[in-house]
Amino acid sequence: MTTNALKSKSSTSGQAGDKIFSGTALAAGVLILVTLFAVAIFLLIQALPTFVADPADISGGEGFFAYIWPIVIGTVIASAIAILIATPVGIGVALFISHFAPRKVAGPLGYVIDLLAAIPSVIYGAWGYMVLAPALVPAFEWLAANLGFIPIFAGPASQTGKTMLTAGIVLAVMVLPIITSLSREIFLQTPKLHEEAALALGATRWEMITTAVIPFARPGIISAVMLGLGRALGETMAVALVLSTGNLIPSLIKTGNQTIAAEIALNFPEAFGLRLAELIAAGLVLFMITLIVNMIARGIIARHKEFSGAN
Amino acid sequence: MAKRIDVKDLNVYYSKFLAVEDISINIEPKSVTAFIGPSGCGKSTFLRTLNRMHEVIPGGRVEGEVLLDGDDLYGPGVDPVTVRSQIGMVFQRPNPFPTMSIKDNVLAGVKLNGKKISRSDADSLVEKSLRGANLWNEVKDRLDKPGSGLSGGQQQRLCIARTIAVKPDVILMDEPCSALDPISTLAIEDLINELKSEFTVVIVTHNMQQAARVSDRTAFFNIAGTGKPGKLIEYNETAAIFSNPEQKATEDYVSGRFG
Repeated sequence: MTTNALKSKSSTSGQAGDKIFSGTALAAGVLILVTLFAVAIFLLIQALPTFVADPADISGGEGFFAYIWPIVIGTVIASAIAILIATPVGIGVALFISHFAPRKVAGPLGYVIDLLAAIPSVIYGAWGYMVLAPALVPAFEWLAANLGFIPIFAGPASQTGKTMLTAGIVLAVMVLPIITSLSREIFLQTPKLHEEAALALGATRWEMITTAVIPFARPGIISAVMLGLGRALGETMAVALVLSTGNLIPSLIKTGNQTIAAEIALNFPEAFGLRLAELIAAGLVLFMITLIVNMIARGIIARHKEFSGAN
Repeated sequence: MAKRIDVKDLNVYYSKFLAVEDISINIEPKSVTAFIGPSGCGKSTFLRTLNRMHEVIPGGRVEGEVLLDGDDLYGPGVDPVTVRSQIGMVFQRPNPFPTMSIKDNVLAGVKLNGKKISRSDADSLVEKSLRGANLWNEVKDRLDKPGSGLSGGQQQRLCIARTIAVKPDVILMDEPCSALDPISTLAIEDLINELKSEFTVVIVTHNMQQAARVSDRTAFFNIAGTGKPGKLIEYNETAAIFSNPEQKATEDYVSGRFG
């Protein structure tokens, strides 16, 4: 008789846990893919009438592309302003918390930043509308008077302050906690060993950060910015409240421009038939933009994999 | 240029805890000095005070004087950044910067403080430093590959190359071989022997054979018990410490009766 002594005698009991675990993990993974797929299918089917309709019937009367591209540009501009402001500030605040602030200050400051992320966007919108927009009017007037020759600051400045730049700044404030708290987590994970290596070579504290901390945290920072960008691209309420919409114009300090999310939110309640399909098609475009942005980010991270320190 | 270190009545603290008490020691230039002793006796802590790396730890501070060719490292107005660029350090675990290539790792210290270096100077410095660390032949064809792809022993020699590239006066080594296999350890020990022709080398080691093999002078540290400060028990020529120690504790330790 040849029985394998290694053959497990209690094969069912010992492996049941493993099976349940791998089953649930698989199910969770599949669920995400199915959800994503279902959303894409829904958008495609519901948006379809837009693409087959007579261009003259689309809002604006010149077809879907003519309708969508100004608000795509508007969306990108608003998000770009937000990211341009929030990234350096967020990284700066995260570095301050992780490497410069005394421990007594760093803890509470971290909590406050996390709290910022929990504030509902309608509150940010109301704040932007009632506080920030009027407060920015003098600044816009100054920009129009002194830097008006640059198209993005062309005057006359909006007298309500409800402009693209204001919307971008509100978005920046909303995105800031995401970038800050994720970056801070990454910065705190920098191995002490690498920080000490830099210091022992005669690095100042700032040089230690540029040689050891930032390169180590780079993929994490990119992910943080992309998450922030995702929120900025899709943010509806704040933009809808803050921005006084209009046609696409280069100036950021005049009334005008529109973003996809706000366009959908403002028009959805009264839309039916082809108009509804149009708005859903706009949603599909937004979906694709976020997808592309994320793929680019993955690409950037993967390109430097060899030097990531993971090996 | 190798310099001497004279330590006078040094107390080392972690916040209020006195970790190392009343050390006075003279470290000769162009020689290898080994610190030995049981775990927790403060030898690594003391080593880190010699290039002001101790104060990087929150609460870390010292009392007393550490003189580098007569200049007090802890004197008023002395910048720890300057101290560390003159007194380099190699750590227990190899720590090349993972995001940098082998070449950039060697040049990491040289490029600090806004210093610029021409491409040809950089190339020759990289070669000289890597040759100095006995690593050149192994990596010359892959200087642009990440340093983290090397073996542990190679990484440690890369760290030594990085340290000697900034032309320090003194090189401190904190158990540089404890994470390495015997072959790599031998390579590092050979290297230490060569380094002393140009640098003052101070090495902390758990391995008494290693201290006997590489060092000219040996300092034995010990603690009276947990929570008590570490002290310098005996400091002498290595041969004397191992064959004819003056203190009973030293003899017990080097003969393997404790520790």
